[in-house]
Amino acid sequence: MAYLSVLKGIFIEGNRYMYIVNGLSFSVGVTLLAALIGLTVGVLLAVMRLSHFYPFKNTEKYKKTNPLNLIALWYIDIIRGTPAVVQLMVLANVVFVGNLRNTPIFVVAALAFGLNSSAYVAEIIRAGIEGLDKGQTEASRALGMNYFLTMKEIIIPQAIKNILPALVSEFITLLKETSIVGFIGGVDLLRSANIITSQTYRGIEPLLAVGLIYLIMTSIFTKFMRKVEKGLKVSD
Amino acid sequence: MIKVVDLHKHFGNLEVLKGINKEIKKGDVVAVIGPSGSGKSTFLRCLNRLEEPTKGHVYIAGEDVMDKKVDLNRLREKVGMVFQHFNLFPHKTVLENLMLAPTKVKGMTSEEAKKKAMILLEKVGLKDKAEAYPNQLSGGQKQRIAIARALAMEPHLMLFDEPTSALDPEMVKEVLDVMRSLVDEGMTMVIVTHEMGFAKNVASRVFFMDQGTVLEDGEPTQIFNNPKHDRTREFLEKVLNH
Repeated sequence: MAYLSVLKGIFIEGNRYMYIVNGLSFSVGVTLLAALIGLTVGVLLAVMRLSHFYPFKNTEKYKKTNPLNLIALWYIDIIRGTPAVVQLMVLANVVFVGNLRNTPIFVVAALAFGLNSSAYVAEIIRAGIEGLDKGQTEASRALGMNYFLTMKEIIIPQAIKNILPALVSEFITLLKETSIVGFIGGVDLLRSANIITSQTYRGIEPLLAVGLIYLIMTSIFTKFMRKVEKGLKVSD
Repeated sequence: MIKVVDLHKHFGNLEVLKGINKEIKKGDVVAVIGPSGSGKSTFLRCLNRLEEPTKGHVYIAGEDVMDKKVDLNRLREKVGMVFQHFNLFPHKTVLENLMLAPTKVKGMTSEEAKKKAMILLEKVGLKDKAEAYPNQLSGGQKQRIAIARALAMEPHLMLFDEPTSALDPEMVKEVLDVMRSLVDEGMTMVIVTHEMGFAKNVASRVFFMDQGTVLEDGEPTQIFNNPKHDRTREFLEKVLNH
């Protein structure tokens, strides 16, 4: 019981729980915007990866070169080959300088996490589409359906089944990943715990509290993902 | 109906088709037989350009599938194809499988397409499966649906790529029966097959393929009883006497 009043002292007094509420809304906001950017850019990258664009097919050396695929591949390799925290800090301290100095941290963070996530999203989508049986495309094309009709009617509806669970999983990763936004001064959920610690000299409780909040949020999405997976299996 | 001129296909350095020249007339039922790797399936798949020929021409009803100006999709509407692994669309019901291309490509109304689909399902003996999904069907049923799906486009020509090779033995007959009924209706067909009995009794012509060429082309009785080439004789002995 005595401990309960300690907790009260940490979180309730001085309305310190508001740090957590604000941090939570920052984290969720950044995650949602980043997910939107990640999905948009990810789809674009996946289309580039899957494209059959050979502008130099008349030259011997570069006839099998698809520049769209190459650009997407470079981008994906760079993003996946460097830590997110480095990308975040480069964006904040190298790109968003000078006239862009006053860009809100929220926007810089969402852009950094979105661009980071897009590389993973692109590979999830590409794998989901390429993993489908080639016979599906062949049967569709043999019936006289063109490329776009085949994509719309046959490939995408089936690929979504492969892609959706992995996308939810990527979203969960993204949500947790945003906790590094403190490196560029963003006050997110994790940072709010630090602030409370600095005011109350209690290190453990704020940390456990935000950990618990992360766990609750990810559990909700994990549950949602399992449900989606189960629902998709029914028609298989 | 089909004219194949100097058809070549390379996969990298591997020469799969080494210059095929053939003409197939309307109403012909051609069985393509031969050992694995002889290029049978590749030959068939080049006819509707599912496989890109390296060189040569394939004329279907006078139009060259290799001609860049020819609308390949429109040409493919007239060429039905049936695959070894059925390739039904698993996310659509049987009825939707049959209605998709006629409504989306031919612009049929869904009432027309449905009526047509039900007639075809009746023909292949699977009218009661209209609302089923492909995964609820046996292999033989899937292949009969696949044939009905191809027929829904009212093709002038049907290509079969080993249609019974993936089936359990007891299901082969139901598929061959459907194919036989097509022959009776006068459909032009090219069938890559290992069913020698079917080739012998139902086909009007047999192509024996070996190492990328059509080594022998003749009536089934001649090919099976009196092959001209030693290679043909050797192959038939292997597949018939075991």
